[in-house]
Amino acid sequence: MSIINCPECAAEIMLDERTEVGEIIVCSDCGVDLEVTALDPAAIQLAPMEQEDWGE
Amino acid sequence: MIRVGFLYTRLRVEEKYLLEELEGRPEVNVTRIPDGEVFFDITQKPAEVDVLFERSISYSRGLYIARIFEAHGIPVINSSLVAERCGDKYVTSQLLVQNGIPTPRVVMAFDEESALGAIEAVGYPCVLKPVVGSWGRLLAKVDNRYSAESFIEHKASLGINHQIFYVQEYINKPGRDIRAFVIGDEPICAIYRSSDSWITNTARGAVATNCPVTEEMADLCRHAARAVGSGLLALDLFETENGFTINEINHTMEFRNSITTTGVNIPQKMVNYVIDRATAN
Repeated sequence: MSIINCPECAAEIMLDERTEVGEIIVCSDCGVDLEVTALDPAAIQLAPMEQEDWGE
Repeated sequence: MIRVGFLYTRLRVEEKYLLEELEGRPEVNVTRIPDGEVFFDITQKPAEVDVLFERSISYSRGLYIARIFEAHGIPVINSSLVAERCGDKYVTSQLLVQNGIPTPRVVMAFDEESALGAIEAVGYPCVLKPVVGSWGRLLAKVDNRYSAESFIEHKASLGINHQIFYVQEYINKPGRDIRAFVIGDEPICAIYRSSDSWITNTARGAVATNCPVTEEMADLCRHAARAVGSGLLALDLFETENGFTINEINHTMEFRNSITTTGVNIPQKMVNYVIDRATAN
């Protein structure tokens, strides 16, 4: 388990052992979408902006 | 061993559920394929897999990569044909109409002046939608001629894709619509999506509750699913005075809010379908 800070609002975010690289998580404080880019050491960044053809 | 390629843009909650289900099966070997990180030589088999499970958020990436796999004899769930039929709202509407399936009236136009004529032909209120798009993005409810002129002017500034004017009859919903989940062509469960807004996507805050699948609903879902080629589908239905009408059909559905709500293990049933299709080949 790792604790990392949100790049947008600096809130602490906990990554549990089931977290995967490429996973999208949401900061519970500011609501921004974050992408997990590495696990050892843990790293996150703002997720790519939604594209026009994204959806279901 | 069944070799499953898993195509994705992002690992959302849905993709994690599906991967957990796939990777928990001893007879399945999963190859993860992030759609933005790889390139494809179209003369070469793209991966040594028996089936591709297409879960791209990007419609364009999913469609083209599905075509590449299919060109090399690898089945894709959902197929590129199903993606084309569901990913473009005009194509879906045309197929529903051709198959006699109730669906809101649609008028198409390709120029700003004729778009105004199309809107007036459908009548107010009506809905302007991008033919490719999701999550309720860039929908516009047109209430009168003034707002029609404004929306058309705004769309003109958004680029060539927004010069395809898809004008849909507005259906006065009872504060909710229905999303039905279909595997193959069999509905497995459904939810109501309730909202104070006229846009009832859960991505836009609508609340999900269980919706019992009636025989009338099931029958309509089967017909609509067959019309687009069957597969893993989410059908959006409106309730009207004259019965159900099919609004849209989604081919890479989200279901995170529907598992607990319906009590149906949707990812398990989706994976069963993919495995069945792989072994059938």
